[in-house]
Amino acid sequence: MIAALAFYIFAAILIASAVMVVTSRNPVHSVLFLILAFFNASALFLMAGAEFLAMILVIVYVGAVAVLFLFVVMMLDIDFAQLRQGFQRYAPLGAVIGAILFLELLFVYGSWQFAPDAATLRMNAVPADPTVTNTEALGRLVYTDYIYLFQISGLILLVAMIGAIVLTLRDKPANSKRQDIGTQIARAEAVPLAKVPAGAGLGTLGIIRRKLPEPPKPKAVAQDDHGHGGHHGGHH
Amino acid sequence: MLSIGLGHYLTVSAILFVLGIFGIFLNRKNIIVILMSLELILLSVNLNLVAFSSVLQDLTGQVFAMFVLTVAAAEAAIGLAIVVIYFRNRGSIEVEDISTLKG
Repeated sequence: MIAALAFYIFAAILIASAVMVVTSRNPVHSVLFLILAFFNASALFLMAGAEFLAMILVIVYVGAVAVLFLFVVMMLDIDFAQLRQGFQRYAPLGAVIGAILFLELLFVYGSWQFAPDAATLRMNAVPADPTVTNTEALGRLVYTDYIYLFQISGLILLVAMIGAIVLTLRDKPANSKRQDIGTQIARAEAVPLAKVPAGAGLGTLGIIRRKLPEPPKPKAVAQDDHGHGGHHGGHH
Repeated sequence: MLSIGLGHYLTVSAILFVLGIFGIFLNRKNIIVILMSLELILLSVNLNLVAFSSVLQDLTGQVFAMFVLTVAAAEAAIGLAIVVIYFRNRGSIEVEDISTLKG
């Protein structure tokens, strides 16, 4: 009795909020009603005995997807009034197609029934032991028989994450200054090249050097080697 | 009437599915609401899977509902990313303009 009442309440709120999602004038309200719909759907999952999926629905949808929708709706500066122009025009078509689809679903459900050996065709029966929780039973299944599917779903999430980042990453905004390490450490301007006459010392050229603790060994440049022997010191 | 069976769940999920389809037609210009309608459709599919899993006492339905959930989350993330870059390029998210993407 109580369970039936709860089912009807949750189902009614679920369907009402779904109606509000598709007909709401403001997309922010749509997102908020979507969150309400997901909460009620997770309550229905709980009543059907799928506790883990109910909690996952709240975490994934309410915590991530709906907030993502909310971010996008609020971030984009969209003229929503203009987007609703064809609302009345498309409503009859949508209603007709929806009614046809609903009638078809009713026909399917009306003429459909379980196979007589449906109970023996079960692939992964719910464990008879009442101490095994729904989460534990699902975990035993997902990490053994469905491990490849589980890995692939993880891969799908990885691809989705990388794809979303690659799509939305702006590589260079016009008004930002970035560190360019290549030009920063290039020695082209810091160390000028000078044409040194043969035999001239630093004093003659007007270059005053600090006293260095260890004189750096200059690299031998192949084509300059013959020009200024005395200047480069005697170690080559 | 008072005992909740498979038929109740199937009815709710059928109504939810039809509402999702209706939402796609109703908001033909607003792709964000179309994505939300897609989420409603996938939710109704999940409700069907869970209801059958509960009635048949078979956990396979819940496993597949979990995978549907994963794919739906990935789809929403990619779809919204495409919406964001499309808005950045064009300044609007009208679905009818997106046909220019055909090239």
